[in-house]
Amino acid sequence: MADVTLDAKGLNCPLPILKARKALKEVPDNGTLEILATDPGSVADFEAFCRQTGNELLEHSENDGIYQFLIKKSA
Amino acid sequence: MSAEEKSMSIIVTKGSLDWAYPPFILATTAAAMGLPVTMFFTFYGLPLLLKNLKLQVTAAGNPAMKMPMMGMHMGLPNLLTAIPGVDAGCSVMMKNLIKKKGVASIEELREMAVEAEVRMIACQMTMDLFEYDKADMIDGIDIGGAATYIECATQADINLFI
Repeated sequence: MADVTLDAKGLNCPLPILKARKALKEVPDNGTLEILATDPGSVADFEAFCRQTGNELLEHSENDGIYQFLIKKSA
Repeated sequence: MSAEEKSMSIIVTKGSLDWAYPPFILATTAAAMGLPVTMFFTFYGLPLLLKNLKLQVTAAGNPAMKMPMMGMHMGLPNLLTAIPGVDAGCSVMMKNLIKKKGVASIEELREMAVEAEVRMIACQMTMDLFEYDKADMIDGIDIGGAATYIECATQADINLFI
């Protein structure tokens, strides 16, 4: 179970990233943020976002058009 | 790679609805990725700092502009783009699409840029030239000129002109 869950379904670039950045502020260090999105571009974008910000993309999956991401907030 | 070491600046020179997107999308995203961002608003980009935005797309000058309609993509012959009301009509269509597809409004992106502490500089010369008043602009902006921008650009890793 993630510490914070962000529902970004129906939102288009760059809103899932911007809202994830905000949501990460609510997550404790080493805690996790779960994001649900429908934007197919969000896969590449969350990978890039995590590489750049040093947060860890623990997993991502796609099920029936819903993309799920789990990000671990770096300390 | 530490994000803190990178920074970005954008010169914003265009103020139509469609052209307002790239600078605000890139500025907010870069800020979300930890980069300090400066936006320099000059010429037709300056009105993007006005409190009340009344943005329109301009069909004339964008000959490749096509909208999805009735299962296809339809453009306007250049001649028709000069007819009064065409820009307003195109703008309504574009704003409907933006809402339907979950794309942020410019107002929303600008608010997020302010929240993310993106530095926004209004070009003093453009304000004089087109008679804009700082009181009509959003709060928290700086006023500056070319030298202000150049100083910032010398320190930035990414400098964009849009």
